[in-house]
Amino acid sequence: MKELTFNEKLERFILNWLFLMIVWVAFTTSFAVAELVTGAIVSMIISLLSIRMFTCCKLSILAPKRIFYMIVYFFVFIIALIKANFDVARRVLTPSLPINPGIVKFKTKLKTDYSKMVLANSITLTPGTLSVDIIDDTFYIHWIDVKTTDPEKAYKDIAWQFEKILLKIF
Amino acid sequence: MSMVFEIIGGALLLIGSIFLFLGGLGIFRMPDVYNRLQAGTKATTLGGMSLILGVGFLMVETNWAWLVKAAIIVIFIAFSNPISSHALARAMYKRKRYPIITSKDENMDAYREAYENEKKEEDA
Repeated sequence: MKELTFNEKLERFILNWLFLMIVWVAFTTSFAVAELVTGAIVSMIISLLSIRMFTCCKLSILAPKRIFYMIVYFFVFIIALIKANFDVARRVLTPSLPINPGIVKFKTKLKTDYSKMVLANSITLTPGTLSVDIIDDTFYIHWIDVKTTDPEKAYKDIAWQFEKILLKIF
Repeated sequence: MSMVFEIIGGALLLIGSIFLFLGGLGIFRMPDVYNRLQAGTKATTLGGMSLILGVGFLMVETNWAWLVKAAIIVIFIAFSNPISSHALARAMYKRKRYPIITSKDENMDAYREAYENEKKEEDA
């Protein structure tokens, strides 16, 4: 692992601190001074200890444009999740069990590990797809109703709706 | 106002239990582990989410903290549920439980090749 510069460390520290502080406030749901001070101290210690572990993003992730796309992503994701559930319901309730399963692969344009993880999670929760493995930049997807085995077309069908937003966030 | 929250909470509980039931039925009906995971993961994610949010809405009159905590748990579920199903699917492939393929097309299992290459490298 390469050595971090001071600026990188500071950036990660501030981001972790902010994130942990938000989780703390949400869990205690109180704005009493004693609670806030305790939370600030505890989350500061944790983020100091875990500088090497939480390497998700830089401070620029908090830019308004990116936050806007995160909100867009959230709604796209929720709609896909609801569609996926109706898809499962339809397949399960049809007596003939209309499935044509197989594993397809495609290549992604995303670079960082965290964005790949978010994409894989989203693919698992969208209609009829389940990510089986990621090797470097190739995704292997179990598809309950294979429409195409061509990587390019599969990419357009499965990943494009998420990836075009993720490319703008990360 | 309390009426509105009760209706929302009750509706969410009902929706959640319907989807959880359908997921259970899917696990019962599907032919192999991958298809079962497909049905199971989606249904438990949305079902669990709406059950927890429903409880949050029902309790919001007594204490609004319930809803915030429920929202946090929902986010954790959205992150952790797909990861566990991904780990299960990958582990099953490594245990040589290959997916059932009904069509005649030979390219239907794109992962087999990559898996065998990886295995060769491990053996060498």
